[in-house]
Amino acid sequence: MSDHVHPNHHLDDDHGSHGSLRDYVIGFILSVILTAIPFWLVMTGAIADKSTTALVIMAFAAVQIVVHMIYFLHMNTKSENGWTVMALIFTIVILVITLSGSLWVMYHLNHNMMPMTSHEMGQLP
Amino acid sequence: MTATAEMTKNLTQPELQAAFYDLDEHDHPEGGSTMLGFWMYLMSDCLIFAMLFAAYGVLGGSFAAGPGPKDLFDLKLIALNTAMLLFSSITYGFAMLAMEKDNRGGTQLWLLVTALFGAAFLFIELYEFSHLIHEGATPMRSGFLTAFFSLVGTHGLHVTFGLIWLFTLVVQIGKKGLIPANKRRLMCLSLFWHFLDVIWIGVFTFVYLMGML
Repeated sequence: MSDHVHPNHHLDDDHGSHGSLRDYVIGFILSVILTAIPFWLVMTGAIADKSTTALVIMAFAAVQIVVHMIYFLHMNTKSENGWTVMALIFTIVILVITLSGSLWVMYHLNHNMMPMTSHEMGQLP
Repeated sequence: MTATAEMTKNLTQPELQAAFYDLDEHDHPEGGSTMLGFWMYLMSDCLIFAMLFAAYGVLGGSFAAGPGPKDLFDLKLIALNTAMLLFSSITYGFAMLAMEKDNRGGTQLWLLVTALFGAAFLFIELYEFSHLIHEGATPMRSGFLTAFFSLVGTHGLHVTFGLIWLFTLVVQIGKKGLIPANKRRLMCLSLFWHFLDVIWIGVFTFVYLMGML
């Protein structure tokens, strides 16, 4: 696609599609299923192992976010010449660094703190 | 005389100016870059929520001998809340479809239905908050509760402003009809509204469901 498309055509191309009724209905049904299963898993305790359940519901959340992006937010690689996707990828990179970094650092901080004896605690300023 | 000075001597005044910035007036249609700009805003908003999620991840286990998620959360209420937000998402979709057909009344009607679900969501959330505070689980009680109220409260605040925006648009459509500017505003609010639903997926998964495990 050339960089100098006529601005008005550009506008029509990008904003002409807001998804069809079919898109919204598919997105809605998928979302209901992807929401109901994690709630059911946690409320009934269907999987005995807690960390397995946690991983499963996180996977469901990730899939549901993608479903929302495609069917409700109408993300595609072509809108605004790909800049929306670029911004999204950049955000996800920052997001992963922030989340994993914070959790990692703070977890280690809590773990590596020197244990204090009650005598030392009494001497704290 | 330096080389640069020799070069500038041969240039006329307008050419000199043009070397530093673009004087070509090109066509910038009104709102031509609004959608991209709004998307950028949403991404930065996403980072705000990332920070709040990170804070919750770090502080989520600091109960200070106070109540934990299992003592406080009611998953049935959260399921109802999630359903409200999901319904509001699809009804907003219907409003957008009505807008595409230039159906003014239909757009307003679906917007109001969306507002109804959004208001129900907020009402349930406020009920939950007041219930927690009544039980003594205030934001001041522990690190966990501070992080919880910041994260969920910020989301609720976004929904509140979304609702105000939505009512404003209903009035604007009533006054001016589905003019291009209003359509653009509707599309921005559509992104905003669905984005809030995406954030809520993170909230109910990480805060409520994982908290109850």
